[in-house]
Amino acid sequence: MAATDQIKGVLARLRGSSLTTFLGFALLGPVAVWLIGNLIKDPVEFVNVGLIGLTNGAIFGLVALGYTLVYGILQLINFAHGDVFALSGLVASTLIVSGLGLDKESSVLVIVGGMLLTLVVIMTLFATINATIELVAYRRLRRAPRLAALITAVGMSFIIQNVSLALYDVNFRSIPSFIPRSEVIGIGDVTYSWNKLAALMITVPVLILLTWFVRSTKQGKAMRAVAQDNEASAMMGINVNRTISITFAIAGALAGTAGIVYLLQFNMRYDTGFELGLIAFTAAVLGGIGNLSGAVLGALVIGFVQAFNEGLTWYTPGSDWTRSIVFGILIAILVFRPEGLLGERTPEGA
Amino acid sequence: MSTLEQRVRSYGPGPFLVLGIVALAFFYPRYVGSLGDFPLLGDFIPSLSSMVIMIVFTMMAVGLNIVVGYAGLLDLGYVAFYAAGAYTSAWFASQQFDQWTFHFGAVGISSELPGIHLSIWLVLLIAGIFTALTGILIGLPTLRLRGDYLAIVTLGFGEIIPQVVRNGDNVFGFDLTHGTFGISPIDSPGFGSVGESFGLPLSYQQSFEREQWFYWTALALLLVTVFCSAQLRDSRLGRAWVAIREDETAAAAMGVPLMRTKTWSYAIGAFFGGVAGAFYASFKSGAFPADFYFNISVFLLCMVILGGMGSIWGVILGGMILGYLNVEGLATLGSELQGAGIDFDPTKYQFGFYGVIIVLMMLFRPTGLIPERRHKREMELGVHDTPLYDVTHEGSDTDRNPSDD
Repeated sequence: MAATDQIKGVLARLRGSSLTTFLGFALLGPVAVWLIGNLIKDPVEFVNVGLIGLTNGAIFGLVALGYTLVYGILQLINFAHGDVFALSGLVASTLIVSGLGLDKESSVLVIVGGMLLTLVVIMTLFATINATIELVAYRRLRRAPRLAALITAVGMSFIIQNVSLALYDVNFRSIPSFIPRSEVIGIGDVTYSWNKLAALMITVPVLILLTWFVRSTKQGKAMRAVAQDNEASAMMGINVNRTISITFAIAGALAGTAGIVYLLQFNMRYDTGFELGLIAFTAAVLGGIGNLSGAVLGALVIGFVQAFNEGLTWYTPGSDWTRSIVFGILIAILVFRPEGLLGERTPEGA
Repeated sequence: MSTLEQRVRSYGPGPFLVLGIVALAFFYPRYVGSLGDFPLLGDFIPSLSSMVIMIVFTMMAVGLNIVVGYAGLLDLGYVAFYAAGAYTSAWFASQQFDQWTFHFGAVGISSELPGIHLSIWLVLLIAGIFTALTGILIGLPTLRLRGDYLAIVTLGFGEIIPQVVRNGDNVFGFDLTHGTFGISPIDSPGFGSVGESFGLPLSYQQSFEREQWFYWTALALLLVTVFCSAQLRDSRLGRAWVAIREDETAAAAMGVPLMRTKTWSYAIGAFFGGVAGAFYASFKSGAFPADFYFNISVFLLCMVILGGMGSIWGVILGGMILGYLNVEGLATLGSELQGAGIDFDPTKYQFGFYGVIIVLMMLFRPTGLIPERRHKREMELGVHDTPLYDVTHEGSDTDRNPSDD
């Protein structure tokens, strides 16, 4: 009796997994055909759009890391993160335009110095803000049912969005294009402009710094330990509260960086963070939430998806559908492969 | 078996208080005019049409309460059900599909008018059923997920459905939703010539007391919703929801079928959202995609949290308070402030207020204004909300034989 049940169980599971695999291929197959079709039809456009996707993916990655770090340590989806990102970009625009007065006429040295200063100021400021949010809104709820903290995070998201609204009103903010949009490389019609490269020039070192921090420092080790088991970490003498604060601070600093990088290419306003936050969260889930390299990988994939959807021309749904496609991916991932692409659930692999 | 009286009492106010409130609400159209004459406070009395909107949103909040309050499943995409209901109303009671002409019980319009025109009463039912089916469709793949993942997936659906509606003006050449323009006008409810002989209006839209009739209908719908919600709570299904909310593992061990029970909560919660959405579309005489966005879902959630998750009376109170602020209160406050020389527009920051309410309630009074007794104890004693369905594994411990592992 038990044996037949066992066989039935195994069969059911096999059937389940093959169905999932089948559905997965059924979804991915047409996508591959569509990409190849576009590549053949117009290779130059394909590469250009791909480069846009790479740059956007880098920005999504910075925000996605914030989600994944916090989720890894508290199992909390920090809804407010996207809005912290938007606020940071807005504050950065004030700093660059009114504080430092950078514009097209500034010399290269002034621009580089000014950007570095902005980066440091914004990262510090938003690290503090994000850690404060944790202290005020989430810390009390650490022992409450998990949904309580999640609901609070939704509330915080609205509060921060309205802070941005109160400070900056509904108008879009931008900065003068002091980083030229002229091309760095131009092979035929394939181009890559300086302002996009600047985004990567900021993002990549920040990512390297983060990896080093999580992997090689004592504090990074403490973060990984708390993510695994906060009670055991406390018993080993790790200050759990401080570690969680630091995690939020890092997430805030990353959001600040993302805000600046985003500002180099796009306009932003108070509600930019909602949509981008959800995209970044999708990226984090896609890569395997809690997994740092997964978040970056997921972000690049989503960046490409968005860019291809909005930039390609052969049978493309277009920007009207971007949101649906991104959320469709999110739902599909959660339903079919909830552990994400890299399949780990703690930031251990870093 | 408890007597009826005991049952009613277990929901909070006694039967006389309930009757009193219902009577006060019923005669509201009769005395709302004289309330407006009060000095200062008079400006803050909601008009009848504002009351209709408040009641519709309260009805949705009571529906959402079934999902969030009873079963403990956080749904951040309830707006999808609202949209589904509104568009059902638009499909079956407007000129949207003018390639066909079909009339059944529609009132107040020429029978030559092209399009599908069913009686609104029938449309309300269809909308409820259609939305409940939508709820099941959304629920089936997603209800296995753990609480916070579920919240995100519902949020995803809540974002996808409005976008589909917005882009649905050319589904392979077929105009399903009329895109960003929305569908308008939508037929009005009414009792036709049969009702007219009893003194009821033929069609609300053409009645001189339009708002009053819409108000009474909304009130009746809310009462039905509340009645069903209260009955369900005490039913076997309702107890199963509470059991799942408190401890999924224990509930499953006691033989509660998790998936089926959760799916029912989705379907029933969606049903009321759909009916409310359809009625509201008929009241506004239109369904527009701009009405459906994420903030509405949070707004409804805020009503449930302010009132008290799981507490029917709390949710009604929370719904009426926030509904009032949303429809009229903040705007009135703004104009009063303007009159006093303070330049501050509270309507601009309304979602900021809701955010503040959510955070403050969760931090300091997580059980809401009128706490539900059982939920209060859960918050005080803590619950095992460790999920049985872990997303990292296929299926669940209840689907699987221990010998498999």
